[in-house]
Amino acid sequence: MDIEKTQELPLNLGPQHPSMHGLFRMVVHLEGEKITKIEPKMGYLHRGMEKLAESRTYSQFIPYTDRLDYLASPHNNWGYVQTVEKLMGVEIPERAEYLRVIFGELARIASHQVCIASTALDLAGWTAWSYAFRDRERICDMYEMTAGSRLTVNIMRIGGICAEPPAEFWPALKSFLDDTPEMLEEYYGMFFGNEIAQGRLKSVGILSKELAENLSITGPVLRASGVNYDVRKAAPYSIYDRFDFNVPVRTGCDSYDRTIIRMDEIVESVKIIKQAVRDIPEGPIMAKVPKVIKPPVGEVYHSVENPKGELGFYIVSDGTTKPARVRIRPATFINLQMLPIVALGWKIQDIVAIFATLDAVLGEVDK
Amino acid sequence: METINNLMMTINNLFLIITAFIRSFFADPHSLWANLTMYVINFIIVVVIIVLAALILILLERKVAGWTSQRSGPNRLGPRGWFQTIADAIKLLGKEDLTPAGADKFMFKVAPMIIFSLPMLSLAVIPFGKGLAPINLDLGIIYYLAITSISTVAFLMAGWGSNNKYALIGGMREVAQMISYEIPLLFSVLGVVMITQSFNLGVIVEAQSSIPFIVLQPLGFVIFIIAGMAEVNRAPFDLVEADQEVVAGPFVEYTGLRWGLFFLGEYGNMTAMSALAATVFLGGWQGPGFLPGWIWFWMKAGIIIFFMMWVRWTFPRIRIDHLMHFAWKVLLPLSIANIFLTGLGIYIYRLVMGG
Repeated sequence: MDIEKTQELPLNLGPQHPSMHGLFRMVVHLEGEKITKIEPKMGYLHRGMEKLAESRTYSQFIPYTDRLDYLASPHNNWGYVQTVEKLMGVEIPERAEYLRVIFGELARIASHQVCIASTALDLAGWTAWSYAFRDRERICDMYEMTAGSRLTVNIMRIGGICAEPPAEFWPALKSFLDDTPEMLEEYYGMFFGNEIAQGRLKSVGILSKELAENLSITGPVLRASGVNYDVRKAAPYSIYDRFDFNVPVRTGCDSYDRTIIRMDEIVESVKIIKQAVRDIPEGPIMAKVPKVIKPPVGEVYHSVENPKGELGFYIVSDGTTKPARVRIRPATFINLQMLPIVALGWKIQDIVAIFATLDAVLGEVDK
Repeated sequence: METINNLMMTINNLFLIITAFIRSFFADPHSLWANLTMYVINFIIVVVIIVLAALILILLERKVAGWTSQRSGPNRLGPRGWFQTIADAIKLLGKEDLTPAGADKFMFKVAPMIIFSLPMLSLAVIPFGKGLAPINLDLGIIYYLAITSISTVAFLMAGWGSNNKYALIGGMREVAQMISYEIPLLFSVLGVVMITQSFNLGVIVEAQSSIPFIVLQPLGFVIFIIAGMAEVNRAPFDLVEADQEVVAGPFVEYTGLRWGLFFLGEYGNMTAMSALAATVFLGGWQGPGFLPGWIWFWMKAGIIIFFMMWVRWTFPRIRIDHLMHFAWKVLLPLSIANIFLTGLGIYIYRLVMGG
């Protein structure tokens, strides 16, 4: 007997779609509202970052890394310069390390604020979106005071950090840190506490622990599935072993936990920055590195905990002023693997929510 | 005191006096021609109300949005940005009128006109003041709800005629949503109808001279507001035009003034829905005598409009299956319970009063 069925409707979500966070495209096959198949298509923002690195000197590539995950650009700088420093065996001054931690954790807060905001926006919570963006502005102001730009800050240098923060930076930082509990309360009240928002996020898009591990997913998405893995704890880089902080882990495995875990991480980041501000020593902010950077022949891999997950850089040096090969391990590109598996069987509205909770930044996905 | 009272009476009956003045031009003030003239004038007034409401509400919506999300909203053009909507309307007039390839041209072009005309039809039975209903219809409520359900067809026409998948999904959502929410909407008003024994909106307002029905029918009012918001596609029930999912639903292919008509229709529908809510539950033009009735009416409608905007800018969008569950498993049983309770109340009241 033939069963009457609705005709399957292939629908092109993106690249020009309001909730595809840039230029992501996926072809979804729909049965009514239900999704039966997802084909992600990437590469609309591909700029050939890795190839570009081969024709630039080591220092010239730092601004390019800003454009990877442009919502947390200090982290990309940090991962790259640390890889080069590891290759060269450079020790950087204490004060620079502390400043790097401060800016890195500020970037984590800013990135998570954008994630919370854009998740709210993808669920049509317009007001929650503007609140989180309002607070992120203060971090952008702090970037601007120090590095001169607000989004792609280009703040790290091989051997240190670009500039000493001005005098007005420290009070601004202190007042921001003091206000964070209030901010988080506001986000919770505006968005996460809302019945409708919880209905749309809770038990939607279950990413099981096994699947998350098998897909080598990292970052908050992994930790929301109950795996305690954070590069800052697993392989402490910089001076993270000196700080007392927890890695928030949640076991809900759903969209709700993937979003709200970022609130927990903001709390931990604030804790780290407070300790860094307390302990920061006086001293130089740049190590003595040669004017022309010429690492010895060799190869090195180094990874840092980006707000989105593990961001790795693999550099091969042939002893010249330009890298022979740079390979970037983007966190969200790998995290995105889960989307076609997890979102299957959910509705169009849910795929938007699931995609938002992955916090994908297309600059990093397409490189 | 006497003069103030006289003045109040004049303002209160301002429009009735104007009507009598116009009718006095005819030899027989109640002849066919006089009635016809009045119908035309009433029609023009309703159109003006819709357009004015849209002009004011679009700006107000942006101001309320700014207020909730800590921005200032439009504030450049004219005093505090009040000319912004006019500028936007002029901009829309200048846009190219596109019809997508493969569109069903007739349906595509007719749909916005239908949507724009519906709020005019539904506002025609609302009494804006004492004796100020453009058409005093005995089946006012039934007529109103029948008219609003036509918009389902218009949205589906727009969705189907655009030859666009997003538009089609939006149109289908509209049908599912409207069919589900019309039932609790109608049932929530039935409590009031049972008390007043009339479908006539004028009679319903007269019955609220001592106490508005929101006091007697709080449950009915809540159901009515929720179902009404779903009926006019306001957030959190704006799944039809959900820009994060189906981009703009049925409107996605429209440009220029056709799109503008959808917008006018949306705000017209919103005005009509709040006008009905004000009439049925908040006592319409009834109010303390220091303000004329028509001002009371618009103030009450304005409060409901403001409430709708406030909700829109604070709540996320509901999921489609939750939307359906909410209509069929929560609102519908509640509205039936409301009818039952009202019947019980009327029965007890009659028993006590010995009627």
